[in-house]
Amino acid sequence: MSAATVLESLQQQIVPAAGAATLSHDSCLVFQLAPDELVRTVRRLKEEFGYDLFLDVTAVDWPADALRFEVVHHFASSRQPLRVRLKTRVAPADPSVDSLVKLYGSAAFMERECHDMYGIVFRGNHDLRPILLYEGFTGHPLRKDYPKTREQPLVPYRH
Amino acid sequence: MDARTVPIVPVAPQGAKDGAFEYLTTRKDELVGWARKFSLFPYPFVTACCAMEFMAVSASPYDTDRFGAALPRFSPRQADLLMVVGTVTHKQAPVLLKVYEQMCEPKWVMAFGVCASSGGFYQNYATLLGIDRVIPVDVYIPGCPPRPEMVIDGIMQLQDKIARAKHPILTKTF
Repeated sequence: MSAATVLESLQQQIVPAAGAATLSHDSCLVFQLAPDELVRTVRRLKEEFGYDLFLDVTAVDWPADALRFEVVHHFASSRQPLRVRLKTRVAPADPSVDSLVKLYGSAAFMERECHDMYGIVFRGNHDLRPILLYEGFTGHPLRKDYPKTREQPLVPYRH
Repeated sequence: MDARTVPIVPVAPQGAKDGAFEYLTTRKDELVGWARKFSLFPYPFVTACCAMEFMAVSASPYDTDRFGAALPRFSPRQADLLMVVGTVTHKQAPVLLKVYEQMCEPKWVMAFGVCASSGGFYQNYATLLGIDRVIPVDVYIPGCPPRPEMVIDGIMQLQDKIARAKHPILTKTF
């Protein structure tokens, strides 16, 4: 399947159910999703379109917006030359989306990192302990309101 | 002449004809310092990109072996120079402190590169802004990474510091 064919079938089949989509750099189809649509869309991508590689999950903090956090998933396929990016917006009061652990085992660690850095809660991922940060670290350092100069040392300073 | 720089002079006893050393006189601290400054056993605590420069300065073109500081020991218990090469994070600081505490006296610490010296260009949630917040440091080598010449200069400054220091070996004062 060429990129154009994949693009066409994705746009015909996923876009009506999932929401708006744009093509970025001729190589990545970007979907704006409602949080409820995430797992259903990912399952279709995996089972019907052969998106067998989960690349990354991260987030973007837009402090001025009501739906402050944008959770971004990336997928690639070993069969098709077109990547897919899914964007979901969540509010800071309940920054949670569904976990993809049941579809991609590799999601477990990446969701832990996203939880470390942005405080996104992944429903269904039962191991959200710190992975890059350490036990006892409070706050989420990649949020825009985390002070740049705040230090949380584990060893008492000499001076 | 400064009392501290009295040269080590071989003294030939009366009537000796073959010129062999029978004994020589010096000061205890000078002798011990002279021995110690040429037998630095480094423990490389290597965390980041400065490691490349550490390898360059250890290899034959610059050759820290000329200063007696060539043989890295990979156990802190066998080392007396802790070379902290690269960025240290808050998460790593307990490990660095444990390594330092495991080293036997006498021991010295070298901060290799700006990250170990002051945190360098990092100022964020993760980075320890200079290892001297956690352990005492004897010599700082700036640079990102430092030139091999600067590392050699740092080693020589540390050697001077060792040579000029008191070296109590029998009691706390002698």
